Amino acid sequence: MKSPAVIVLLLFTFLPRCCAQSQGELSSLFMAIKSVDHEGKGHQRARLAIQELQKRDASALIPILIALDDANPLASNWLRNAFETIAARTLEEGKPLPEEALLNFLRKTSHRPASRRMVFEWLQKIGSDQADEMIDMFINDPSDELRREAVGRYIKQAEKIAKDSPDDLKSRCAFYRKALLGASDNDQVRKIIKGLKQCGEDIDLQYHYGFLNTWYLIGPFNNKQGVGFAQVYPPEKEINLTAAYDGQLGEVTWKKYQTDDPYGILDIARQVAPHKGAVEYAYTEFFSEKEQPVEFRLATPNAWKLWVNGKLLFEREEYHRGTAFDQYRVPGTLKKGKNSILLKICQNEQTQDWAQRWQFQFRVCNPYGMAIHSTKTE
Amino acid sequence: MLIRFIFLFALILHCVTCAAEDWRQFRGTLNNGIVTGPALPDTLDHIAWKIDLKGRGVSSPIIVGDRVFVTSSQGVHQNRLVVNCYDTDNGNELWQREFWATGRTICHKKMAVATPTPASDGERIFAFYSSNDVICLDLEGNLQWYRGLTYDFPNVSNSLGMASSLIVKNGIVVCMAENDTESFTFGLDAIDGTTRWQIDRPRKANWTSPVVWPGEEPWVLLQSSKGVAAVDVNTGETAWEYLDGASTIPSLTINGQVAYVPSHGLTAIRPGISDPKTPKIIWQSGQLSPATASPIVYENRVYVANRAGVVSCADIENGKRIWQARMKGPFSASPIISSGKMYAVNERGLAQILQIKQDGGEVISTHDFQDTFLATPSASNGALYLRSDQHLWKIK
Repeated sequence: MKSPAVIVLLLFTFLPRCCAQSQGELSSLFMAIKSVDHEGKGHQRARLAIQELQKRDASALIPILIALDDANPLASNWLRNAFETIAARTLEEGKPLPEEALLNFLRKTSHRPASRRMVFEWLQKIGSDQADEMIDMFINDPSDELRREAVGRYIKQAEKIAKDSPDDLKSRCAFYRKALLGASDNDQVRKIIKGLKQCGEDIDLQYHYGFLNTWYLIGPFNNKQGVGFAQVYPPEKEINLTAAYDGQLGEVTWKKYQTDDPYGILDIARQVAPHKGAVEYAYTEFFSEKEQPVEFRLATPNAWKLWVNGKLLFEREEYHRGTAFDQYRVPGTLKKGKNSILLKICQNEQTQDWAQRWQFQFRVCNPYGMAIHSTKTE
Repeated sequence: MLIRFIFLFALILHCVTCAAEDWRQFRGTLNNGIVTGPALPDTLDHIAWKIDLKGRGVSSPIIVGDRVFVTSSQGVHQNRLVVNCYDTDNGNELWQREFWATGRTICHKKMAVATPTPASDGERIFAFYSSNDVICLDLEGNLQWYRGLTYDFPNVSNSLGMASSLIVKNGIVVCMAENDTESFTFGLDAIDGTTRWQIDRPRKANWTSPVVWPGEEPWVLLQSSKGVAAVDVNTGETAWEYLDGASTIPSLTINGQVAYVPSHGLTAIRPGISDPKTPKIIWQSGQLSPATASPIVYENRVYVANRAGVVSCADIENGKRIWQARMKGPFSASPIISSGKMYAVNERGLAQILQIKQDGGEVISTHDFQDTFLATPSASNGALYLRSDQHLWKIK
């Protein structure tokens, strides 16, 4: 009985070269590569397949890109390497890449955004004028990296006007406004805000990013020696905003808080109290116009858990290792109508100055960083 | 028959010589920072070539044959993982391969996603990143396998970034992915990337790197806040443990049968004889307290650099300090030593050569590279390779 790996090897080794480029064989190579998964699953077959795929010529490039569309993140990297190996070798041999087919792939926004970005870069490498001309159209692109190109170009145009025609606020601001439409990277958003401020326009950053700024908080519950992270307190069993429970320092009830921080940071230590060894729960509701996949993006220097509609989506027990914008990206699904969002934010007992922060920032966006807004706000 | 034997012997000798001149992992093929090939230059001014690096990274370059390999990350979110291969002769880029990170790429601004130094077994390159992606390529850039350890275990990460470099021994790639939450060390099959073993490790952020035991035993030494574990690289089983705590930043170094561990200053331990599970503590010295740079042993003396950039030299037999020399710190990069000279680069890019003498040390050459340096220098065939945030230099 031969192992599947041996069978795959025999198949790839002895297939006549004339048939090697056949769609059927490429499909079987893709199938083997796409079978890679967690903890090294599928590596035996995939290793043989990738060796074979890497030998192909430029005619395999577009099929590889199409295969990337539904590959998991691990398999994507195997396929990406095959694409780049073939593309690099093709250019080294002085042969052309299929520019028109690559442009068509780039144009079609239903393809995997990361693949389209890769294609864009290869088109730039070969000096494709058409790829460069497409940049303006990327302003609403699903790919955040392609959008960034368009945003960057609009910012540059605004800056050029500011330099060449400082009094032409109207044209300058028009470019900044266009740029803002696609901006999700904070460095670019900051530039745009600064530019628009010169035009007398203030941007609501909370709205732009989709930060949730209004929460009901309850606590503190005990987290001495870190016991509270695993302990199930009443808000994990029921959401009853009128209930009272025994907390760490006596009876606790839900209280409503709002943050006016431009980046939506709700500072528990400042707005509630700087308790140590404590747990605070934060609850809010989000209304979605439809069922949709989203990313919940969270930033906190504290240990945390996140439930959406009663389901635990992620938890992380890490304290004071830093915090940054969009620190955690948790994929999930919003249902149509009301969605409940519950956060558990745990503070430990470290005494250093840099270990006093007890805060969180939370937003809902699409997988490419653009805000999704609740259809109903308080 | 005799001719065949001579040919075979010459071939083996050639291979051994080649291997000795490679610099295949963090702090060299032997993992100890000592240059065993031709001596490095006496001055730092003879720059053979300098190249601009496209991405960010603080990992050391590694050298296999006539190729130098460098890892970096690119993109606004630093989520594109890059491996570059350059010709050692002229610095020409031979190839670049890029991948999409499957784990988190957020890290402290002083670090980079490409902080861990890659490793090689002479046929393959193993690249590791703060996102806990492990990439295996052949020397031509063809993918052999790809693992995402955070993809497998989503809480394997550190918001400050991960830094442990890889080592490869007996066909096993050892990946320390130790942090506050889900903390593991993995032994991956070098050929196919599958998990040969996976062990639970202390739940505490750890930026140290594993070290190859140079003796006959198939051990790798794993340092953590808990201490040091000697782990059988073939099975992942712990042979012995030192449990008196250790630093989580500078890594231990080994000379002969003794490990010099950043613990209570510096602690020298050797495997226990009567109780093989418990190592013997030879000495401890609070006077020898390494900051970020790892200690290094050369000709019966151990050297450590403190936060102020002062290098202490001590007797490896008893830990007694013999002399101190002031260099200009601070150092994130660990020093290397070649023919009685220590090569060190501070964080601001000032490279210094310290002539090591019996009774003191003297800085005999400096060169200001005017760039941020956190990567430990590498060496091969008498040349020094320095990697800053922006550039790669060959000094010959």
